Amino acid sequence: MKISEKTIKRLEETARTIRQDVIKMVTQAESGHPGGSLSETDMITALFFNVMRHKPKNPQWEKRDRYVQSKGHSCEALYSAMARCGYFPTSELNTFRQIRSRLQGHPSRADLPMIEASTGSLGQGLSIAIGMALGLRISDIRSRVYCMIGDGELDEGQVWEAAMSAAHYELDNLCAIIDNNGLQIDGWNEEIMNTAPLPDKFRAFGWHVIEIDGHDMSEILGAFHDAERMKDKPTVIIAETMKGKGVKFMENKVEWHGKAPTKEQAVIALRELNG
Amino acid sequence: MNINNPIRKAMRDGYGEAIVELAKRNKDIVALTGDLAGSLKLDEFKLRFPDRFFEIGIAEQNMMGIAAGLASTGKIPFVSSFAMFVAGRSWEQLRTAVCYANFNVKIIGSHAGLSNSRDGASHQNLEDFAALRAIPNLIIIAPCDYNETKKAVHEAARIKGPVYIRFNRSETPILTEEKGRFRVGRAETLREGNDLAIISCGAMVYESLVAAQELAKKGIHARVINMHTIKPIDKEAIILAAKETKKIVTVEEHQVNGGLGGAVAEVLSQNSPARLKIIGVKDRFGQSGALGDVMKEYGLTSESIIKEIHDFYWK
Repeated sequence: MKISEKTIKRLEETARTIRQDVIKMVTQAESGHPGGSLSETDMITALFFNVMRHKPKNPQWEKRDRYVQSKGHSCEALYSAMARCGYFPTSELNTFRQIRSRLQGHPSRADLPMIEASTGSLGQGLSIAIGMALGLRISDIRSRVYCMIGDGELDEGQVWEAAMSAAHYELDNLCAIIDNNGLQIDGWNEEIMNTAPLPDKFRAFGWHVIEIDGHDMSEILGAFHDAERMKDKPTVIIAETMKGKGVKFMENKVEWHGKAPTKEQAVIALRELNG
Repeated sequence: MNINNPIRKAMRDGYGEAIVELAKRNKDIVALTGDLAGSLKLDEFKLRFPDRFFEIGIAEQNMMGIAAGLASTGKIPFVSSFAMFVAGRSWEQLRTAVCYANFNVKIIGSHAGLSNSRDGASHQNLEDFAALRAIPNLIIIAPCDYNETKKAVHEAARIKGPVYIRFNRSETPILTEEKGRFRVGRAETLREGNDLAIISCGAMVYESLVAAQELAKKGIHARVINMHTIKPIDKEAIILAAKETKKIVTVEEHQVNGGLGGAVAEVLSQNSPARLKIIGVKDRFGQSGALGDVMKEYGLTSESIIKEIHDFYWK
């Protein structure tokens, strides 16, 4: 597949805007999860601004592609992408984690109906995505379902129950993305709970596995395109990413998993993201 | 109904028949199970609607999540397993993936209470009311017989939102009529009386009716209320009973903590205080045995109920 330089550039610019929103949101909320939001941003950008068929002005469009944010804590990047697509005003991003906001600390479908699922309790999103993929299939709707999974939440047994069932039901309309930034709250994945070797595990579970650099827009688009052509197997894109990507003092630092920068730090971060 | 020689039929048969009736009329009805299709009487559904039947294997947490996803695409999933697993193992998936999102999922818990008697405590659920009553958006129903189970399943499909229905494994007496609509949240008085009121649910309604019949012979006229909906509970029926009889007894196949008795106590203490006796399993785990022996051991037979009510009444 040939992707134009112009498309790549435009998506990279959008990703830069989303990263800025992430920093602004967590700073304003004095809390949140910048590290994981910054690591997944490029994939979310590719999905919402290029890959997925959806209509922000008609969020309940039956034939839309679905997106499930299993790593619900990193919802800042998702909220920003949705606002920038036109699902709701970008001014609403200021209400993130504030009282009576639709932008809950973890995604809440009852509050924000254009969110497909209520997630945040880790390990649950892939099962929900499978339900969507099955429901679409028996309704003869050829939409696709995307599910963003954190590497840390692979510790949860439910993810592997889900992995088994997605392959069992041959859900080729399902594509999982693993934001493999290597860090979880208490430290490096391999020290907390070693989930390696991930590609082998997913292959053994019957999945089509694609490994990419999760910050290379052309690799990201190529992987989603490849996934779409796969028949009779679900696809998992294992994306090598960096926690805190784009903000030097946050990069690969576990302490930025669930902490907001001070106003002064935010200024530095935004200056860097402005290029 | 002939209380002394009733016709018996399993509530789970009512479920299996009702879901087929529903599926014939509504193509959005789907069923999921975790390796318990036979126990949940889903064989006919599976045969007639193979595209809408999902075997998830022994993985209830995954099953509950899948149900949430199916509901998001407009399906009406019936998640079917033993009450212990569907209300216990996947409690948090039910809370967060289903109820928090207010998805239209129906959760069917069979083999509830002590009815799975030979299997012992690991498979007997005496805690589901307590565990589920605290979850917002969830409606909890415990039908008392085969007919009421059928009606409750039909009614649950009409409701847009999560509903939990729990029932027994065993064949239990048929007490209610085949016809007539089941009203969620509206208790039914099955026997009039003003000396005290027995509020019961599930298979214990029959035991309560037998107890009331015997008590009447001793001059104690008990009202028997079938509180088939545990949540939202029928406050008015409880308050009225408290005002008219002054003494309330609850009977349930559940722990005495946090179940029907707890729900009734919450209503009484805040609205119309009355003397209350909660009959149920007294903070113990169940055990294996023949059904009759187990029910006797845990004091859930009409004989035990009569004795407890007698002591309570004259105290």
